[in-house]
Amino acid sequence: MHTIYTDVLVIGGGLAGQRAAIGARRRGQEVIVLSLVPAKRSHSAAAQGGMQASLGNCLGAAGDNEDIHFADTVRGSDWGADQEVVRMFTHTAPKAIRELAAWGVPWNRVQRGEREITVDGKKQTITEADAAHGLITARNFGGTQKWRACYVSDGTGHAMLYTMSNQAIAAGIPVHERMEALALIHDGGRCHGAIVRNLMSGELVAYVARATCIATGGFGRIYRVSTNAVINEGMGAGIALETGVATLGNMEAIQFHPTGIFPAGILVTEGCRGDGGLLLDGREHRFMPDYEPEKKELASRDVVSRRMEEHIAAGHGASTRFGEHLWLDIRLLGAQHINNNLREVKEICQYFLGIDPVRELIPVRPAQHYSMGGVRTDHHGHSPQLRGLFAAGEAACWDMHGFNRLGGNSVAETVVAGMIVGEAIADFCVSPEGALTLSSTLVEEFGRRETRRLAAIAEGNGGENAFELTRRMQETMTANVGIFREAGRLEEAVIILQDLQRRSRAISLRNNTAGANPELVAAYRLQRMLKLAQCVAFGALQRTESRGAHYRADYPRRDDANWMRRTLASWPDAKATLPTLGYEPLDIMRMELPPGWRGYGARDYIDNPQTELRQQQIEALQATLEGADREERQAALMPFKQLLPEHLRGPNQRLGDES
Amino acid sequence: MNQIPVQQVGRTLQIEILRHNPYDPASKPRLQTFEVEEADAMTLFIALSEIREQQDPSLQFDFVCRAGICGSCGMIINGRPGLACRTLTRNLPQRITLAPLPAFELIGDLSVNTGKWMRGMSERLETWVHSQGLEGLDLDALEPAMEPELAEQLYELERCIECGCCVAACGTAQMREDFVGAVGLNQITRFRLDPRDERSDAQFYELVGDETGVFGCMTLLGCEDTCPKDLPLATQIAFLRRRMVMAG
Repeated sequence: MHTIYTDVLVIGGGLAGQRAAIGARRRGQEVIVLSLVPAKRSHSAAAQGGMQASLGNCLGAAGDNEDIHFADTVRGSDWGADQEVVRMFTHTAPKAIRELAAWGVPWNRVQRGEREITVDGKKQTITEADAAHGLITARNFGGTQKWRACYVSDGTGHAMLYTMSNQAIAAGIPVHERMEALALIHDGGRCHGAIVRNLMSGELVAYVARATCIATGGFGRIYRVSTNAVINEGMGAGIALETGVATLGNMEAIQFHPTGIFPAGILVTEGCRGDGGLLLDGREHRFMPDYEPEKKELASRDVVSRRMEEHIAAGHGASTRFGEHLWLDIRLLGAQHINNNLREVKEICQYFLGIDPVRELIPVRPAQHYSMGGVRTDHHGHSPQLRGLFAAGEAACWDMHGFNRLGGNSVAETVVAGMIVGEAIADFCVSPEGALTLSSTLVEEFGRRETRRLAAIAEGNGGENAFELTRRMQETMTANVGIFREAGRLEEAVIILQDLQRRSRAISLRNNTAGANPELVAAYRLQRMLKLAQCVAFGALQRTESRGAHYRADYPRRDDANWMRRTLASWPDAKATLPTLGYEPLDIMRMELPPGWRGYGARDYIDNPQTELRQQQIEALQATLEGADREERQAALMPFKQLLPEHLRGPNQRLGDES
Repeated sequence: MNQIPVQQVGRTLQIEILRHNPYDPASKPRLQTFEVEEADAMTLFIALSEIREQQDPSLQFDFVCRAGICGSCGMIINGRPGLACRTLTRNLPQRITLAPLPAFELIGDLSVNTGKWMRGMSERLETWVHSQGLEGLDLDALEPAMEPELAEQLYELERCIECGCCVAACGTAQMREDFVGAVGLNQITRFRLDPRDERSDAQFYELVGDETGVFGCMTLLGCEDTCPKDLPLATQIAFLRRRMVMAG
């Protein structure tokens, strides 16, 4: 087998993977990026509305800082996030955005003087300060106290990804396009690279590396209705799971975005609502204030999606031949705003719905959107079980989002994680642990195993059809493991998925053509996707509470007493049809922000006795900090800067800071 | 562009596809016709996926975002380059002919290697901000201000999704393999406009000041006619040509 040696192998060419690659390359490591598609076509490009960073430049952002971004993110996560990671993130996000600005991203800027905005269905005139003129502006997003989503029209991800890709090209980082990692090479404790399939020729190649980083994004395509690109099949998480050693965190935490266009599921950005758009029901009544008087359309995504489905279930949807949906109304924003700031939305409406959103309502319904779970790592993106295996971005669970991610925090996470994990990878490579020590027989063994697995599929004659089984899996996930979950439907899903797993081992290909062979691809991916789907379904069945996007109709309350725990799924027995689940505690006594009400959504939750203790401890601590500044107060509660690379520890300057 | 004709119910589409698998020594280029029952709001993405799933699993094509954002699915649709994912079948006649984009290396059937071409273009034209001190940036400091209008102009040019339609529609590109295409020239205008890029017109001239660059354009306007993002390509090329004449 052809073998390629490199210091660092990054699997995935989106924002997280490329930023990690650039970081490691700058530290002198040889880096190769593998990508299923040309890197600029990665799903990062589909992020539309914005990237959260507490710059605080525009009027709606005045007074913003890391503390408020931290609190918003933790509340958004429904206290499922790792608060140290959230701190690392909120501290680094302004640096990430400023780096991208220097690299060429044309962030929209503050225009001094008066301008008209739409808030709560009404026009208002605001005045932006002279001093802020030309600095990076931001728009409002759900679940946040400030306007914090920095944006480039509604092509934010596109602009970021192009800039990032161009910088990677400038750094001379090779991207091996149309290459798919089929298995991680490992010895049970150390990862040594991957066996990779060329998606043009079908050839297998071994990539041997000191450090391997999974940055393959989410796995939305295990669902039938998803905003995700067709490549988001979770293969990075899948091959990590198939090591039998690495764990996946919180796989049951799946986000449904409120505004997928109906019925195709294509995303229209949260920026529509952030900029003042409204949700209307079948009678064109604005219903969100009835459910969520505080945040209305701009509660967190899990809450808005649930309220929408609740409203439809109560018989208030609009009806078409495809089924029921609701309306997104952005007409009130006006033609000029839509044509400048929501142009992708306008194009999507034109091409896929044949409507003009300046004049017409957009049919929407929640659709699967984001995977909060992924490859479990430490604060530096390193797998605790497999040394040399890293993960970053949506594919990872260092656990910044807990059970619900805020809009605009994902593109921000990709870049921030890339900045932090890229450094950690370089540190690892130069450490004694990072030495390349594997035997060539191990590589050959893994190569032979993958060759045999593909041959077994190609020669199979069990009569099952890969495409049909995939569809069955997707329909099961959408029907049974969606926004509203309960034991009966989850148990049914687990059984169906077990059956599909057995059947997926009896696929017959109708075609064994040379080269890419899309049917073979569908067959081997299906086996991995079914394992991921089972982690989601089985994890959801076991979690007998409601937290963030995981809502159990039969256990509607958040249960801090029993479920301040992160689910860890592993798959030690390749022949098993269920994952092995374990749990790790979230330590309330170390939290900067102990659990409470989120400020929107249900007020009713089961308290943990430690919450009050920690609250008292914090109050006592704060009493001793008279006269301390914001940074000192924070450091006393939960120090985190030691976890960051040294060059990312400095304070973020803002407009109006004393210099 | 946005004219939606009256719904024609119950059509059976005949989709004729130019097929060839260069990795199969026995494969010869051929046209193959598939019949598909048209559904409501059917796009070519849906139709082609259905053909692969139900009729011929060996059929190759590229879709990623299926939302008109990523630029993967450029192909020749009834003689014109376009994005297949956002092409509704109801806007097409009952008989649809699909072929891979010309000017790019064929991977198989409708799949072409635009990625390799675009990477080569980026490396050659150095499509990134050239600026001293990018590695030693002070990330703590307030970002330098930029005029809001300039940021919007930059984005206007940056909306290119490198789908390759402009190259496939370009007369020069059919004759000269080394022509950088409207996609490349547009990126030069984008970086030239960007004050963060310190390159001079003389340096840009080195990159595009010949027949493989801005002087190769014959102003046939195929690029602008087919650009799925409606970029003002012809204007940008004309503008760049004037600047380059002055720089040369």
